[in-house]
Amino acid sequence: MKKLTSVADLERLRRRILSQRDPEKPRISVCGGTGCRAYNSQEVTRALKKELRKQGLSKTVALKQTGCHGFCERGPLIVLYPQRIFYQRVSPDDAPEIISKSVLKGEIIDRLLYVDQMEQKKVRFENEVPFYNRQQRIILGNNGIIDPTDIKDYLAVGGYSALAKALFQMTPEEIIAEIKKSGLRGRGGAGFATGLKWESCRNAPSPDGIRYVICNADEGDPGAYMDRSLVEGNPHSVIEGMIIGAYAIGAHHGYVYIRLEYPLALENLNIALEQARKYGLLGKDILGSGFDFDIKVSRGGGAFICGESTALMASLEGKVGEPRAKHIHTSVSGLNGRPSNLNNVETWANVPLIINRGAEWYSKIGTEGSKGTKIFSLVGKINNVGLIEVPMGITLRKIVYEIGGGIPNGKKFKAVQTGGPSGGCIPEHLLDLPVDFERLTDVGSMMGSGGMIVMDEDTCMVDIARYFIKFLTEESCGKCVPCREGLDRMLDILTDITEGRGKETDIELLEELGNLLKEASFCALGTTASNPVLSTIRYFQDEYEAHIKERRCPAGVCKALTTFTIDAESCTGCGVCLRECPQGAISGEKKKPHVIDKSRCIKCGLCRDSCKFDAVIVS
Amino acid sequence: MTNHVEKVTQIINRYGANKDSLISMLQDIQAVYRYLPEDALRIVANELRLPLIQVYAVATFFKAFTLQPRGKHLVTVCLGTACHVRGARAVLDEVKRHIGIEPGVTTGDMQFTLETVNCLGACALGPIVVIDGKYHGQMSPRRVKTTLKVYRNKPTK
Repeated sequence: MKKLTSVADLERLRRRILSQRDPEKPRISVCGGTGCRAYNSQEVTRALKKELRKQGLSKTVALKQTGCHGFCERGPLIVLYPQRIFYQRVSPDDAPEIISKSVLKGEIIDRLLYVDQMEQKKVRFENEVPFYNRQQRIILGNNGIIDPTDIKDYLAVGGYSALAKALFQMTPEEIIAEIKKSGLRGRGGAGFATGLKWESCRNAPSPDGIRYVICNADEGDPGAYMDRSLVEGNPHSVIEGMIIGAYAIGAHHGYVYIRLEYPLALENLNIALEQARKYGLLGKDILGSGFDFDIKVSRGGGAFICGESTALMASLEGKVGEPRAKHIHTSVSGLNGRPSNLNNVETWANVPLIINRGAEWYSKIGTEGSKGTKIFSLVGKINNVGLIEVPMGITLRKIVYEIGGGIPNGKKFKAVQTGGPSGGCIPEHLLDLPVDFERLTDVGSMMGSGGMIVMDEDTCMVDIARYFIKFLTEESCGKCVPCREGLDRMLDILTDITEGRGKETDIELLEELGNLLKEASFCALGTTASNPVLSTIRYFQDEYEAHIKERRCPAGVCKALTTFTIDAESCTGCGVCLRECPQGAISGEKKKPHVIDKSRCIKCGLCRDSCKFDAVIVS
Repeated sequence: MTNHVEKVTQIINRYGANKDSLISMLQDIQAVYRYLPEDALRIVANELRLPLIQVYAVATFFKAFTLQPRGKHLVTVCLGTACHVRGARAVLDEVKRHIGIEPGVTTGDMQFTLETVNCLGACALGPIVVIDGKYHGQMSPRRVKTTLKVYRNKPTK
């Protein structure tokens, strides 16, 4: 492959790629995201490949393993083009039938279809699945089409045309003006205006002219994986965004700081970078423009705090990932003391889109203060677990019920937690809230990077608050006293409450400590750390009071406050629980109701898990 | 020691002995030894001209690193929020009870090391337990015993 040295070269290559592709040619797209891989989707790909070879179809039918399609709940997923037939829970054994029936004859295999739970009917095509057709997938959409390890696929969908436009038709100032006009705000959590950040980095003096652009792919919020899916499924969109940003800012060095737990994303990113270099889209004299830029990849070390910009940069310098005070922004003095512009993965992926389609188009999507779409990972107690991309301003109710398909097993919705560990829990009466940066903050939560964890009536809100505080206690770097000691104290109090030692003054004390953390902590980890506690006290104070005053956990989660008993009416005396119990705490004659000896019960839950008659009651 | 020197220097040189890749180097070294041996840290400090205390600080600050040798099988229980609300705590308790150790510890016979992770981003499968890289989804306390049984006395790959 010869390096591309001009826009004409790039467009010639694109035309050649497209001329070799027939859009009507049968094509199978298998989801190869981490979620589907865990369901064995690679075996499905192998089986399909084998079957195509067996039937002599390797040349006439294209087979692609793509990035994450988003609908993780129903994996492994495949889509058959050109019709877009959608199959879910596919197993390798289905391969022969899929090829001979659906690919060759266009027949539908009924058992592989998705059943729309709300309407109770089978859905044949991807665009008819409610999970997908209520979204606006402008960033994620290409994930299901392109093979992330093949740059030609990205070029075929118009890839790097925004870069060509930026380099040859726009000045850096014009690019910055366009990004400012689009209203794009950082997708990593704080929601700072991207264009402003770029401008201040461009204008900041650097002693030797060195500036950096950094991509934050250290996605640390538990229950959030949209950045991983973008890097895994469409790495070139992130790279293209970074090159445009670097050109606008005047940076020649870039970094991607990527989370250690994402091996596939790392692999695909490295392949993509290598290919971009080979094609002359990265490195010296990009597309013959005279602009030089390259990207280095750094793996994180599994520290949540390194998602914070100054801690991330410290870690890039080979130091411990501790934050520093930000009276001077990193855009002025960041990595190695040089102006450094850090944006999150999703922010970078938005950039090519804005350059190509214009700020005007982009700013029509979303709300007054929050433009564009946002990708959320919708997880927890929800029927359709997966990644969704929706316009800013959509209501929580639409997300939970129309896209998410409601709560499994007929349970009742309790809350949705947004914003990661430092976000808040939003109760049912606020479900009609439009989701954007301001509204979420108004109700005591935040946008964060886009995790959305749905909780049902079986979730204990005090336990959830304790869970997040424990997480943050472990992840606090320990540099400042309020965060280090304050979180420790809050954890002690919450542990006391969940273990039946709560005092009536505890709620007030938690609020006092929480507000202190907000005021006095050093970085954003500490200032937002009390959100999960304060928001659960605000909306679910009755649960705290039940724990403290009645020594009762209404959801039946907190072990110390629950007892396991067997309902004599439903118990058939089958003896399964008796054999499962590791403590020998269950006794009873065959075919007669069994009983649990409370003094020996360790509340491990094995009896409840194994009972086919729901006779084990936790109260 | 000579063996270490060669392997470790090779890894360091792969990153051009640049200190901005310290974490990556330590990860590669750990991938070879399954932990960070003390002399490996000394070599890194020497080669990068960093004080040993800085290398040690980084090696102990980040969760990914361990200065203790790991067991044959690595059991990782995901404690991400999605797994938590689906009962990951009960699963972890059951794993602890079965192999008799707390997270971060290796069994005396060097068979199992137990660790927890904050999220694997495969939330649809939660609660998840990963053993030697293989994902076991939709775990329940009851499935712990049968899942672990397969790995007992099984040789490492």
